[in-house]
Amino acid sequence: MARAQAPLTRDPAPVRWGLRVVAVVYVVLLVAWPTYLVFENALKPGLGAMLDGLRDPDVAHAIDLTVTITVYAVLINLAFGLTVSLLLVRYDFPGKRLLSALLDVPLSVSPVVVGLALVLVYNGQDGWFGPTLERLGYQVIFSTPGIVMATVFVALPLVIREIVPVLEEIGDEQEQAARSLGANGVQTFWRVTLPGIKWAVVYGVVLALARSIGEFGAVKIVSGNVVGQSQTATLVVEETYQNFQQQTSYAVSALLALVAMVSLVVVAVLRPKEHKS
Amino acid sequence: MSIHVDGVSKRFGDFVALDDVSVDLPTGQLTALLGPSGGGKSTLLRIIAGLETADTGTVTIEGREATHLPPQKRNVGFVFQHYAAFKHMSVAKNVAFGLEIRHRPKTEVKKRVAELLELVHLDQFAHRLPSQLSGGQRQRMALARALAVEPSVLLLDEPFGALDAKVRKELREWLRRLHDEVHVTSVFVTHDQEEALEVADEIVVINEGRVEQVGTPDQLYDAPATDFVMGFLGPVTRLGGAQVRPHDIEVSTDPGQPGAVPGRVVRLLRVGFEVRLWVETAPSEEPVSVTVTRAHQRQLALGEGSAVWLSPTSDATRVDAVV
Amino acid sequence: MTSSLTAPSRARVRGRARGARRLGAGATLGLGVSVLWFSLLVLIPLVAVLVSAAGLGPKEFLDVLTNAQTAAAIRLTVVQSLLVTALNVVMGTALAWVLVRDRFPGKVVLDIVIDVPFALPTIVAGLVLVSLYGPRSPVGIDVNNTRWAVFLALALVTLPFVVRTVQPVLETLDHDVEEAAASLGASRLTTFRRVILPSLVPAIAAGAALAFARGISEYGSLVLLSGNLPNRTEVASVRVFTYLENGQKGQASAIAAVLLVVSLVVIVSLDLIQRRVARRG
Repeated sequence: MARAQAPLTRDPAPVRWGLRVVAVVYVVLLVAWPTYLVFENALKPGLGAMLDGLRDPDVAHAIDLTVTITVYAVLINLAFGLTVSLLLVRYDFPGKRLLSALLDVPLSVSPVVVGLALVLVYNGQDGWFGPTLERLGYQVIFSTPGIVMATVFVALPLVIREIVPVLEEIGDEQEQAARSLGANGVQTFWRVTLPGIKWAVVYGVVLALARSIGEFGAVKIVSGNVVGQSQTATLVVEETYQNFQQQTSYAVSALLALVAMVSLVVVAVLRPKEHKS
Repeated sequence: MSIHVDGVSKRFGDFVALDDVSVDLPTGQLTALLGPSGGGKSTLLRIIAGLETADTGTVTIEGREATHLPPQKRNVGFVFQHYAAFKHMSVAKNVAFGLEIRHRPKTEVKKRVAELLELVHLDQFAHRLPSQLSGGQRQRMALARALAVEPSVLLLDEPFGALDAKVRKELREWLRRLHDEVHVTSVFVTHDQEEALEVADEIVVINEGRVEQVGTPDQLYDAPATDFVMGFLGPVTRLGGAQVRPHDIEVSTDPGQPGAVPGRVVRLLRVGFEVRLWVETAPSEEPVSVTVTRAHQRQLALGEGSAVWLSPTSDATRVDAVV
Repeated sequence: MTSSLTAPSRARVRGRARGARRLGAGATLGLGVSVLWFSLLVLIPLVAVLVSAAGLGPKEFLDVLTNAQTAAAIRLTVVQSLLVTALNVVMGTALAWVLVRDRFPGKVVLDIVIDVPFALPTIVAGLVLVSLYGPRSPVGIDVNNTRWAVFLALALVTLPFVVRTVQPVLETLDHDVEEAAASLGASRLTTFRRVILPSLVPAIAAGAALAFARGISEYGSLVLLSGNLPNRTEVASVRVFTYLENGQKGQASAIAAVLLVVSLVVIVSLDLIQRRVARRG
C-alpha cells in the first residue's frame, strides 16, 4: 500500500519495463485471471441462478455451519490471543521464550496433520481423551466441537502476531499512568490498553476470520463430511465439483472468494491508519 | 512528614539500584531527587508511586503505611518523562480520566477539567488529541491530569528531560510558580543540577543507590558534605590539596597573602563577562582553573605568562580532597 | 498488508522488558488457562502423532515410508516443493523489486492481488486454477491429472511468501550504499550482485523456507486439479489422508511425523537465520 517511498534510483527503462511486464503477467496468469474466471463461471447462468444454488438446503446448511464455526473460532482465538499477547509482552515468567516459539508452530503444520492429530487424541473409539469425553456426553470428532478445534488450531497465531508488536511499540507508560490515576487492572485494560491496540485487534480478527472460513483439509478429517450435518462450505465446493454439480461448486467458491477479497481490502484500507499516529 | 522512606533496597538482577535508602520528604515542599543517570533516583520515585516494589524497607505516605499498596490506591500523581499521554483521548478526556475512574458527577468533572486546563494554559486545546500538541504542552497536560485527582503527593520523573533547552527553562520556572500556587507536596527527579538548584526547596542527592546529602540548595552549594556533591553541583578545581570552586580563588600579582600558591598563567579564555584562567603551579600537576571578572583581569593586567599567587577566598566552599 | 503472515513474530518478544511485571493472581490464572488450552489443542495432539508413529516400531515405520506408492508421493512432494521454491526465489524477488522500486498506475492493485493466495480458501484456490488450466480452459491448456497441476497449485499458494519477506528489507535498504558503489565505479549489475543481493539473501532464504514448508504440507488446493493418481500426482498429505480413511492411523502418523519434523526444522532454521541477521544488524 502507501509505503514510504525512498528516493528512487530508477533502473534503466528496458530493465524497468521488462521486470514490470514479467511481474504483471505472472500475477495475472497465476492469480488474477483464474480468480476472475471463478466469478465469471459462477455468474454465467445469472445472479438469480447463482443465489438459487446457494439456497439449496444442503448448501445453505453448510454455509450456516461455516458461519457458526467461524464465530466460535474467532471468539476463542481473540480471547486466547489477547491474553497470551499481554502475558508475553507485559509479564515475566519462566518458559516465556519457549511458549513464544511454540505459538508459531500451527502456521507451518499441514492441515491434514492437524486433522490427524486431533483425531488421535479426541476420537471416541481409541483416542487418548475421546472415549472419556464421550462417556461424559461430549462428542468432539465428527461433530461441531472438533470442527471448531481444527479451525482454531490453524488460525491460532494470527491474532497474537498482530497484537504483540503493537503492544511492544506503545509500551506500558500509559498503563502505569492509568494505574497512578486510580484505575484498577480491568479499567486500565478497557480504557487504555485496548483502545491503543484496537487496530491490531481488528486486523488479527479479519485475518483469523478469513483463515477460519477457508479451512478445508483439517476440517475434512475431523468433521466426517456428512452432507447436511457436518459439511462446511469448503467441503461443499469439493463434493459438488466431484459430483458434476459444478455450477453449485462455482457459486459457493465465488461467495468464499468474495469474503476473502473483502477481508484483504478491509485490511489494506485500515492498515495505514495505524502508522498515522 | 509527608513521605517517609525507610531502609529501602532494590536490585535488578546483579545491579543494585537502591541500597538501604532512608529519606523524609516534608509536606507542601518541592523536593528534587538529584543525581547522575542510573544512580537510583527514578527507581526511588517509582517505589514511592508503587510502580516498582522495594525488595526491603517501608514507604509511608501521609502517615499511611503504603509499602504494599498498588499504585491506584496510593493517591499519588505521577508525571512521566515521555508524558504517557493517552493517545486516543482528547486533552480534556486525559485530564478527566482520574475523576471518571472515581465516578465523580459529570458536572463536577467538567468544572474541574476546565479549571485545570486554565491553570496549565491549555484551555483552548481541550478538544485536541495529544499528537496535535507540542512536547511542552503535552507535559503540561500530563501535569493537569495528575493534579486532577487532588493527589496527596505529586511525583515527577525527569519531567523536562524530553524537551529542548529553551522550553525546559520556561517550564521549570512555570512549575516553580505553579507550586507556589497549588502547594501540593511534590518530588521531582532530575540529573540537571541547575534545574534542581533553581526550582527545589530541598534537594536529595543520590548516587550509586545511596543518599549523599539532603539539604536546601544553599546548604548543598555552600557546604557540600562529600567530594561527589561538591563536584556534581558545580565546577571544581584543585588548589593545594583541597577542592575549591574556580570563582572562590583570589588572584594577586604579588605574594601578599601567607600560604598563597605561586604559579604562572598558561592559558586565558574570555567567556562573556568572565575570564577563565589556567594557572600552572607545579610542572607535574594539572593547571588550576580560576574564574575572575573581566574588570578584575584588566585591573591586574593578566595575560598568558603572568606570574600570579593563588589563595582560596575567606568564605570559599571547600572540601579536602581524598588523595 | 498481510506481511505479518510471513515474518515470524517471536524474535520481537524481548526477554525482559523494563517494568515487566511478575505474575499476579489474575495473570497466573490467565497463563494457566492459556497454556492448558494450547496444550490440549496443539501440543498434546502433535505429540500424539509422534507417539502413534513410534508405536509402529522401527521396521514397520520404515516399511511405510519405503512403500513404493508412499515413497513416490514423498519424492513428488519434495521435488515439486523444491522446484516451486526455486521459482519463488526468482519471481518473488522480482515482484518485490517491482513493488518497491517501480511506480505505475495499478501498482496498488498488484500489491493487493499478491495477497489473494493467502486469503483464498485452499479448495477455492484449486477451483480457481481449474477454471483457467482445467478441462474447460478458455485458452486450451489442460494440466488436469498431470504433475504440472501440482506445480501450478503449489506456485499459486506459495506466491506471497518470498515477496512479503523481501519487500520490507528492500524498502529499508540504504540508497547511499548503492550510490557509493556507483561512485566507486561499479556497474548496475555489479552493484546489484555485490551490494544489494547480499543484504537480501537472509530475507529470500526466510521466504524460501516458508514457501518450501507450505509446499510440503499442501493439501486443499491439490485435490481438484491433480487427480491424486497413485505414483503420478499423489502427494504426501494425500497419502496421510488415504491411510487415515482406511483406518490405518499408525501408517498415517508415520508420514505425518515426517511432515511435522520437516516443518519444525524449517521453523528452527528460520529462527537461526533471523538471529544471524539480528547479530549482524
